[in-house]
Amino acid sequence: MWLIPILPLLGAALNGLWGKRLPLRGIAAIAVGAVACSFLLALIACLSLGDATRMEVYFPWIAGADFQVDFNLYLDPLSAVMSLIVTGVGLLIHIYSIGYMSGEKGVHRFFAYMNLFLFFMLTLVLAGNYLLLLVGWEGVGLCSYLLIGYYFRREDAADAGKKAFIVTRLGDLGFLIGLILLYTTFGSLDYLVIFPEAAQFPVDSDGSGTLTLIGLLLLAGAVGKSAQIPLYVWLPDAMLGPTPVSALIHAATMVTAGVYIIARSSPIYVQAPEALMVVAVIGCITALYAATIGILQTDIKRILAYSTISQLGYMVMACGVGAFGAAVFHLMTHAFFKALLFLGAGSVIHAMGGEQDIRKMGGLRKKIPVTFWTFLFASLALIGAFPFAGFFSKDEILWRTFTSSTGGGRLLWVLALLTAGLTAVYIGRLVFLTFFGESRADPEVASHIHESPKVMTIPLIVLAVLSLIGGWIGWPRFLGGSNHFERWLEPALAAPAAAHAAGEESLEFLLMGLSLAVAALGVYIAYYLFLKRREAADRLAQASGGIYRLLLNKYYVDEIYRFLFVKPLVMGSTEVLWKTLDVGAIDGAVNLAARTTRSLGNALRKIQSGNIRSYAGWVVLGALLLIGFMVTAAS
Amino acid sequence: MTWIHDHILTVVLFIPLAGAILIMFLPKENKNGVRWAANLTAFLGFLVSVPLFFWFDSSVGEFQFVEKVEWIPSIGANYSLGLDGISLLLVLLTTILGFIAILSSWTSINERLKEYYVFLLLLQTGMLGVFMTLDFFLFYVFWEVMLVPMYFLIGIWGGARKLYAAIKFFLYTLVGSVLMLLGILALYFINRSQTGVATFDIVALQNLNIPVNLQLWIFFAFFVAFAIKVPMFPFHTWLPDAHVEAPTAGSVILAGVLLKMGTYGFVRFSLPMLPDASSHPMVVNLMITLSLIAIIYGGLVSLMQKDWKKLVAYSSVSHMGFITLGIFTLNPNGLSGGILQQINHGISTGALFLIVGIIYERRHTREISEFGGLSNVMPVYATMFLIVAMSSLGLPTLNGFIGEFVILQGAFEENWVWAALAVTGIILAAAYLLWLYQRTMFGPLDNPKNKNLKDLNFREMMTLVPLIILAFWIGLYPKPFFRILEQPVQKIMERVRPAYYAAHPDAFGAPARLNAAAQPSASLETEAAAVRSAEKRAGASR
Repeated sequence: MWLIPILPLLGAALNGLWGKRLPLRGIAAIAVGAVACSFLLALIACLSLGDATRMEVYFPWIAGADFQVDFNLYLDPLSAVMSLIVTGVGLLIHIYSIGYMSGEKGVHRFFAYMNLFLFFMLTLVLAGNYLLLLVGWEGVGLCSYLLIGYYFRREDAADAGKKAFIVTRLGDLGFLIGLILLYTTFGSLDYLVIFPEAAQFPVDSDGSGTLTLIGLLLLAGAVGKSAQIPLYVWLPDAMLGPTPVSALIHAATMVTAGVYIIARSSPIYVQAPEALMVVAVIGCITALYAATIGILQTDIKRILAYSTISQLGYMVMACGVGAFGAAVFHLMTHAFFKALLFLGAGSVIHAMGGEQDIRKMGGLRKKIPVTFWTFLFASLALIGAFPFAGFFSKDEILWRTFTSSTGGGRLLWVLALLTAGLTAVYIGRLVFLTFFGESRADPEVASHIHESPKVMTIPLIVLAVLSLIGGWIGWPRFLGGSNHFERWLEPALAAPAAAHAAGEESLEFLLMGLSLAVAALGVYIAYYLFLKRREAADRLAQASGGIYRLLLNKYYVDEIYRFLFVKPLVMGSTEVLWKTLDVGAIDGAVNLAARTTRSLGNALRKIQSGNIRSYAGWVVLGALLLIGFMVTAAS
Repeated sequence: MTWIHDHILTVVLFIPLAGAILIMFLPKENKNGVRWAANLTAFLGFLVSVPLFFWFDSSVGEFQFVEKVEWIPSIGANYSLGLDGISLLLVLLTTILGFIAILSSWTSINERLKEYYVFLLLLQTGMLGVFMTLDFFLFYVFWEVMLVPMYFLIGIWGGARKLYAAIKFFLYTLVGSVLMLLGILALYFINRSQTGVATFDIVALQNLNIPVNLQLWIFFAFFVAFAIKVPMFPFHTWLPDAHVEAPTAGSVILAGVLLKMGTYGFVRFSLPMLPDASSHPMVVNLMITLSLIAIIYGGLVSLMQKDWKKLVAYSSVSHMGFITLGIFTLNPNGLSGGILQQINHGISTGALFLIVGIIYERRHTREISEFGGLSNVMPVYATMFLIVAMSSLGLPTLNGFIGEFVILQGAFEENWVWAALAVTGIILAAAYLLWLYQRTMFGPLDNPKNKNLKDLNFREMMTLVPLIILAFWIGLYPKPFFRILEQPVQKIMERVRPAYYAAHPDAFGAPARLNAAAQPSASLETEAAAVRSAEKRAGASR
């Protein structure tokens, strides 16, 4: 099992050390080969898993301190699904990258980082304890930093990379303390030690219990990694990296690590309903909030970035209502269709010669048909149209939210439904503006539009097929299926005791119809505003002045953060701490002491004049003082 | 072989000095001869110290490799050396960093070469002596001796404000050591009045019983000396000046080894000799507060530096704060983490200064704004810098993380607020290092002066590679290091918090655990080592 993560590491090492001397073909063969092998191994491991789980311990890691952690890997249905997603989607994206990155400088570095990323991501999902998980957790952050900054020559890309790393690390602050608290509570960081013990804990209900605190601290890490409010700001900027990176890291895998950690810790969360409640609320608000921003963005990748944040919110919310299985289900289908959307967007950008503004596109349907059709499939999956993959997972989440016994389940459901409508609007707008209507591109650019090479379109087609059928393994019962997927996951996840009232099938049917109707309405609105009556959109924008500007500027959150945190930090550190306190006060005091000593010395030097008469005068003065002292002491 | 085994500390200690004397007799004109002599001496010094790691028996609590010769019998001062786990690691760190520092100077120093290498080697002997000696008087001698070469290294081969920095460094440290001398004398006289024996023996002085009030006085005398050396906030302002002006090798030694003398002092003297003062709530609160201030304040100030080297210097303030935090949690986790973090900091920050030195030698500037996009012309350099930066900011699988995590655990055990505040230091480390990395390595290569920079040559790589290997070793398999530290940590704990192990029978270094660990590993080899050290002890007492 350890081969699964190690193979990409080997690929990374080969390409990193000797890639410079290899031709593109060789580099690609190493990188793709490594991922393909580890995908096959993961597949074999999963198929041979059956109902069992496997824990493989390799060697003690930190064993000397008052503290025992091993290098161990853990395979259960949850980590099996995750590693299949990571290696499978990763493989397709690697293949796609061969076409996308050809002609760039330093391709060997790119592939080395991509392989390294997969190594850390697999470590994250396969780890058998929280500390090893942290290794992967920080490692993927590092790779994301390197890959965003891959365009060395772009200053803003490097800025975005740094922002991503630091903002996510802010969340890790809580995560790290959470781990320490876990250790002090359970005396171990091993899943197999912690989870059975956690189940013995009384359910925290007063909100002050240890488990609730652990849950909230872990959530802090998840919020950073999975780009939830208030730490989501790094993800849209992260889109400055190459598009395959956005697809792999910032859509399909790394950002879902937060969801994974919540699902993985489900035995802790079910004992801490207050923490779960917070999880649900954060997820729900993020989903809605990001969707509203997505509507007005004009950069094709940024729209998808906000869409990712919104969909991650869905998953987090699902965890929050105790539907961990549904969350992982959506995680999987989302990995398919969102990777496809990004790769499709990459193909569009490729065709348009680097243009990312959808206002300058249009009418691309005929010119790049493969991209169009696959993109359409992915969009339908995203809005949850029957029978695309997204339908099953999204509907499952909505249904579980509606029936959840957590307080406010109904309200969450309404907001989530609203989000579904908005999702349909923004993705509809994206599709209509990009692929339909008249071409708004410069004639110069328009004449060069061409379909991408096969090495790029084949991964698109495979992902399109997955976006269609990927949800069928979770075919719900009320539609005559048996929901294989969640049953299979069940042993790995804890379920809140009696959290879900058994709903009526007819009600479930009704709600499903409702969510389909909302999605259809959203698409129609997009069609009406952005294709049929463009001027109506402009009028609406003018009429809603303030709100329009608020949304267009993403609620000014970046500006607010800069004003509230970044600026005081920079000013305070430079002016107050460094220049005033450090150089001025502390070092000033040190130098003052030195200066005082010197001037004292200078003053005393004057006494040593070498003049006999003044010496005699001092002697007399001293003698007089002495006598005076003795006289007063005697009396 | 037995002779070497019994006198290995003396050999390790005096090889650099012998080399220095040898170099004095070499002709000044023969620059390469001087270089080779210095490098070979340092390398030999390192090689000879390697067996220490293998001969050291971590299941023995007493000092090992002990050598004792009478020196000034009238006052009870001896030439006595010995190692426990704490000093073993520091001695090894010193020999390896000493070699690397000398290797790194090959082309960067071209003036007064002979004196330069003589001073570096003298410094090496001084530092090794500080960590090896078991006699307080000898300790003071080495502590002071070491100041002189450092003063000249900064003052002669330094940058623009070298004299200011050198004098500041010298006076500052001297103020501390004078107070320390008072402390040493106080302990000496208290011991003589209690036992009637005049001795500077460190082991004997560790078993004194002194009234708390007196302990506090002595503690603060030591505190000033050690806090300046560490340096703890607010005694740190000599550090940025000294670092920025010192030549690269000086900075590496200064950050890697010299700062550790302060923390070593706390661990070796303050805690075991003055246990009641060290665990006095007032003292603990003061030390923790100063540590936390150093962590956060050092990080913030580091963030805004415009000079590459100054940034690294201030980051040292922050990182050293972690070490003092760990030490004064006064529990096994914090202590072992803090002691290990000394080594980690030596590795990471030493490497960071090498990184700065390499670029300074090429461009003769350290202004961050002068650089950008260097990874385009110097990819190997950029990669190594990245690994070093990651080790410094505490990325798991690298050394810094292990130390920081264990320290945080120790802090959390005492008070979660300490841990929460300290964690912000880790975030800040990510911020200032990544920002530095971005400004220098990423972005467009727009400064024409950087266009033709050469990537690392073999010698430069050889200065960094050993440190990177060590960083990965400690990050991936720190077990041997913790094992080495277990016995000494137990000794300190039993002095400072005698009741701790009764309440925490599973804790690191707990006697029950040590016994359990010793049983299965009682192989022939350890038995032989036990016999050897027993014989030696018998010999020493004779």
